[in-house]
Amino acid sequence: MRHLLLRVAFAIACGLLLVFLLFPLYYALLTSLKSGSELFRVTYWPAEIDFGNYIRIWSEQSFARNIANSILVSTCVVGISLAVALTAAFALGRVRFAGRSTLLYTILGISMFPQIAVLSGLFEVIRVFGLYNNLAGLIFSYMIFTLPFTVWVLTTFMRDLPVEIEEAAILDGLGPFVIITRIFLPLMAPAMAATGLLAFIAAWNEFLFALTFTLSNEQRTVPVAIALITGASEYELPWGNVMAASVIVTLPLIALVLVLQRRLVAGLTAGAVKG
Amino acid sequence: MPRRASISSQRVRAAWLFLSPMLVILAVVAFWPLGRTLYFSLTNATLVDMTHYDFVGLSNYLAYENGRWYGVLSDPQWRTALRNTLVFAIISVTLETILGVLIAVLLNTTFRGRGFMRAAMLVPWAIPTVVSAQMWSWMLNDQFGVINDILLKAGAISEPVAWLADPVLSMASIVLVDVWKTTPFVALLALAALQMVPKDCYEAARVDGVHPVRVFFHVTLPLISPALAVAVIFRLLDAMRMFDLVYIMTGATDATMTISVLARRELVDFQDVGYGSAVSTLLFFIIALLTSVYMVAMRLDLGGKRP
Repeated sequence: MRHLLLRVAFAIACGLLLVFLLFPLYYALLTSLKSGSELFRVTYWPAEIDFGNYIRIWSEQSFARNIANSILVSTCVVGISLAVALTAAFALGRVRFAGRSTLLYTILGISMFPQIAVLSGLFEVIRVFGLYNNLAGLIFSYMIFTLPFTVWVLTTFMRDLPVEIEEAAILDGLGPFVIITRIFLPLMAPAMAATGLLAFIAAWNEFLFALTFTLSNEQRTVPVAIALITGASEYELPWGNVMAASVIVTLPLIALVLVLQRRLVAGLTAGAVKG
Repeated sequence: MPRRASISSQRVRAAWLFLSPMLVILAVVAFWPLGRTLYFSLTNATLVDMTHYDFVGLSNYLAYENGRWYGVLSDPQWRTALRNTLVFAIISVTLETILGVLIAVLLNTTFRGRGFMRAAMLVPWAIPTVVSAQMWSWMLNDQFGVINDILLKAGAISEPVAWLADPVLSMASIVLVDVWKTTPFVALLALAALQMVPKDCYEAARVDGVHPVRVFFHVTLPLISPALAVAVIFRLLDAMRMFDLVYIMTGATDATMTISVLARRELVDFQDVGYGSAVSTLLFFIIALLTSVYMVAMRLDLGGKRP
C-alpha cells in the first residue's frame, strides 16, 4: 500500500514538473494561433486555428531579414570559434610549455567577464573599425563569450585523448598542422558538434550586444526584433505577432537540441564537471 | 636525444603559433575593451563623441563638491540596483540549486518516460531568453494573463494581480522566470554528478538499513558537492550580470533594475560613457571579488593543475 502511494506521488511530481516545463511554450503556440479579440480571452485548448499572425510577421515586419541575420551571425561565430579553438586547444591540451596553466586560468577568467564590463570599450573598438550597425561587428564581439568556452571544453577533451595517437604521427615526421587536421579533427568531431551547438545557441540568443551595436531594423537579429516588436499603437503590444515570432525561432532550436541531446549534455557537463 | 629536444622545442613554437589567433582575438575583443572601459570611467566621455574628453580622476565614482557627494558610490539608484542584483542572484541561485538537485535525484531513478522527461528539461533551457521573457510577460499580464486566470479559477486570489507592476511581485516574477529557465541546467549537471557516484556506496547504506534521506545528506550530497559548487559559481556569475529578463519584463524600474540595466541606461540612453563605465567597472570588480572569495571558500580547483 505504501509502495503504491509512493508511486502515485512520484507520478504526480513528474506530471507537475512536465506541466511547469512545457506549459509556457504550449501557451505561446496557442496564443500565436489566435487573432483579434480572441487573443484576449484566456483559453486552454485551440478553438479555431488562425495563421494570421504568422503571415503578418513575414509580410509586415522585416522578420525574414532578422532571421537571415541571426543565421548568418551564429553560423560565422560557430565557424570562427571552432577553427580558432581547435588549434588553441591542441596547443593547450597536447603541448607542455611554460605559462600554460596561467593561460588556461586567464581564458576561464574571460568567460567570467560580465558583458557590460566591456560595453563602452567595445563600442569604441567597433566604431573605430567602422562596424557599428553592421553584422560583422556582432560576429566580432560575440567572440568574447564563445571563444573562451569553446577553447576550454575542447582543451579538456583534447587532454583526455591517449598520447599514443600522436606518437606514431610525430615519428613519421608529420607537422603539427597535419596532426591537427588529419588526426585530431576526426576524433574531436563529436565534441566539436556539441560545443558548436552550444556556441550557436549562445550567439543566437545574445541580446545586450545586438541591442547596443545595431540601430536599424534591417541589421537586427531575432532576439532584438522580438524584444522591440511594436504594434499599431505604442501602448498595445501585438501579443499574437510576438508569440508567432517566438514560436518560429524556438521550434528549430528545440528540434536541434533534442536531436543532439546526448552529445549536448556531454558537452555541457564536460565543461563543468570534468574541468 | 638532440632530435627529441628539437622536436619538443619545435612543438612549443608551433603551440604559440597555434595560440596566436585566439590570443589576438581575445586581446582585441576582451582585454583592450576592458582596459578602455576602466579608462573611460576616469573621464567625462560621452557617447556622441568618444574621442574628446577630459580626465576627471575618480569623480565618477565619488566626489565631494559644494557640500554634496556625487558619483556612483553615493548614487541611491546604484545602491538600489546593487541590492536588486544581489537579492536576485542569491534567491534565484539558491532556488535553482535546491530544485535542480531534487529533480536530478528524481531523474536518477529508473522509470518509464525518463528519457522523455530529460528531453523536456532541455526545452526551457533552449528557448532564447528574450522569448522566455516575452512568453512569461504575456502569461503574467494583469488583464489577459493565463496565470491570473488559473489562480482566479482555483480561488487562490480574488482579483487579478499586477505581477509585473507591484515592487515585490515583479522581482518574484523575474526570479520565477529565471528559475524556470535555468533549473534544468543545474539539474543536468547534478544528474551527471549523481551518475558518477559509485553504486556500492548506496548498496552499503541499504544493507545497513540507513534511511534514504540520511543517505542523501551523508553520502550523496558530499559526493556531488564539488560538481555542484562549479555549477553554482557558473550560475552566480550569470545571475550577477542579469540583463535581458529585467530589460524586457520590467524595464528600468526601481524594484527590479539590476546593475547591468543601470549601466546600459547611463551609457546608451543617457550617453554618459564616463559614468556608465564607472558603473560597469564596479560590477566587474564586485564579481571578481565575489568569485575569488567563493573559490577560496570552496577550495575550488578548476583544472589548471591537471595537465
